[in-house]
Amino acid sequence: MIQVNQLSKKYNGTTVLNINNLEIPKGQSFGLVGNNGAGKTTFFSLLLDLIQPSTGNIINNDIQVNTNENWKSFTGSFLDESFLIGYLTPEEYFYFIGDLRHQNKADIDALLAQHEEFFNGEILNNKKYLRDLSKGNQKKVGIIATLIGNPEVVILDEPFANLDPTTVSRLKKIIKDLADNPNVTVLVSSHDLQHTVEVCDRIVALNKGEIVKDIQTSRETLQELELFFAV
Amino acid sequence: MIKKFIYLEWKAFSRSASFGASMAMKVLIGFFMVYFSIIFIGAGVGAFYFLKKMNLEPLVTINKFLIYYFLFDLVIRLLMQAIPVLNIKPLLILPFKKPTIVHFSLGKTALSFFNWVHGLFFIPFSIVLILEGYDVVGIVFWLIAVFSLIYINNFLNIILSNIDKLFVVFVGIALAFAAAQYYKLFDITVFTTPFFQGFYDIEGLFLIPVLGLVGLYLFTFKYFKSNLFLDAGLSKKEDIATTENLSWLNQFGTLGTFLKNDIKLIKRNKRSKTTIIMSFFFLFYGLIFFGNSHQPVVMHIFAGIFVSGGFLFVFGQFVPSWDSSYYQLMMTQNIPYRGYITAKWWLIVIATFVSTIIASFYLFYGWEIYLTIVVGAIYNIGVNSHLVLLGGAFTKTPIDLSSAGGAFGDKKAFNVNTMLLSLPKILLPLALYGLGLYLGDKTLGLILVAGAGVLGFIFKDKVFSLIEKRYKIEKYSTISAYKQKN
Repeated sequence: MIQVNQLSKKYNGTTVLNINNLEIPKGQSFGLVGNNGAGKTTFFSLLLDLIQPSTGNIINNDIQVNTNENWKSFTGSFLDESFLIGYLTPEEYFYFIGDLRHQNKADIDALLAQHEEFFNGEILNNKKYLRDLSKGNQKKVGIIATLIGNPEVVILDEPFANLDPTTVSRLKKIIKDLADNPNVTVLVSSHDLQHTVEVCDRIVALNKGEIVKDIQTSRETLQELELFFAV
Repeated sequence: MIKKFIYLEWKAFSRSASFGASMAMKVLIGFFMVYFSIIFIGAGVGAFYFLKKMNLEPLVTINKFLIYYFLFDLVIRLLMQAIPVLNIKPLLILPFKKPTIVHFSLGKTALSFFNWVHGLFFIPFSIVLILEGYDVVGIVFWLIAVFSLIYINNFLNIILSNIDKLFVVFVGIALAFAAAQYYKLFDITVFTTPFFQGFYDIEGLFLIPVLGLVGLYLFTFKYFKSNLFLDAGLSKKEDIATTENLSWLNQFGTLGTFLKNDIKLIKRNKRSKTTIIMSFFFLFYGLIFFGNSHQPVVMHIFAGIFVSGGFLFVFGQFVPSWDSSYYQLMMTQNIPYRGYITAKWWLIVIATFVSTIIASFYLFYGWEIYLTIVVGAIYNIGVNSHLVLLGGAFTKTPIDLSSAGGAFGDKKAFNVNTMLLSLPKILLPLALYGLGLYLGDKTLGLILVAGAGVLGFIFKDKVFSLIEKRYKIEKYSTISAYKQKN
């Protein structure tokens, strides 16, 4: 599904990301772990064509992302709050994204009803604009919005951060369900090794922009990763 | 301790987005600042001789209009001068004493552009008065009084700025006084002129505004100090949200989706609301030119462009910065650039059209004048709407929607490229109209300008492709510029 070739990103001569070759097959749930500055968000930004690669390219479903924009129709993503429109209510935001992804109101309502538990009664019909929601609740909105229009690729940057424990376990269930769908490729980045191991089939660890580990998840994975990141 | 604050302020200023961009830009900004300063100072110096020539006593005449000057100043401040409250938050937990923080924040407002700009007029005016033989002590007292009143406005704005829509009240008061005076019902200046004149004539009267200022400062200080808590004075006001469907726009497809969003954007953010009010004021711009025989005829088209173009100039100028806070989202959604730009274009066209309808009161000056405005509108729709959208590709200043500060002539949005693009908006129609006047008469001039507008309209698709390409080229640098928040 996603093919990375000779990809690198340099800022003023400093290489922040350097991935020679990485292939993520369709249907995989892919976890990206690493310390701050490892290059996780840079990788996702490159994947979404928000920044330009210094060398190489990324191919998303046969489409090279920095030359053709058609990947947008099957890719859902949430990197941070700058993906939210502050002056809209959550409902309006969902309908707006829905309109852009050619979903009608009923489709959106069905999706929202499906995730009512995840929202925990704090999102819908609350007479609040997105800018006035707490960070955690903003995140909930952003995550569910990525699912609008049944995307084939879902990209979530640090989805577990800022969420309360109950919501984290609900989110894990959502991601697992996505991962079980053979048509959906999920990419998740996190600092939290345990959460990532729980929801992903495959974990790639980045360090200073280089891939340092690439493992299929097994019972020993968490231990292996913890050992690696321990000083 | 104050030194530390000044250090922070300097960093905030010198590191603000797009300020440190290039040396050329700094030079240009410097040049324009000097230019406008000279114009103001020139007005200060010239006012005396101008009024003298009109056989008016300069100081009395200025004093006569001061009441309106201050009312107007207050309205402008309420609309545009932002109060520096939000930067206080990170200081609260640091070892600064609360009074120091408040004194500094209030002191900072004293250095605001909205205060010292008056000095550019009043100080040269006073110097001329002294040189022309007015009593030195009297003039100095008068100047002190005037400045006290300016600063009273400054602090009034700080206290009153929490009350939305208050400026409407002041506009109402100013208009009521002006109307009453115009129709000779009641002349407020009869009462206020002797008061202002008294600052010069009566020794010690200037102490009244000075003491007023001191009192107001102490009040503001106390008010702020007691509100220096996250859940009091520093809290953000949360609006009660209502979900609007605006489903009648659905019939326009993707265009409707964007229009819906733009309408909400304008309605729900302070900055954009201010913009709408500003563009309303543009409607009256023509009053300066029409029915004023001192202005050259060629300037009529200038007014024609501005009357209907208010929204275009103050809103259109900042497309796509209005969407800066969620630009990354836009760039990852399945959005055709064309649809996005077209929606903004329609918004500008609708606003221009509505302005032209409202401007029909200019028919009072005769149909020829109104025709000028209509022609201006045609040019705005045909040419200027494209130019502002094209200019938008170069405007890389993120807009903080919640703040009203700097809605007009935001110095941070100052950009060489947008400057260059704004020249044809005004100069080209002026040149065309002038050419028409030179070769024939007014009608020919109007035909030339309208013709340019129609031509622009015909080539709309071509121009849009060009704009689209520009936006795509600028995409990455725009995203990275928008990430820089104030």
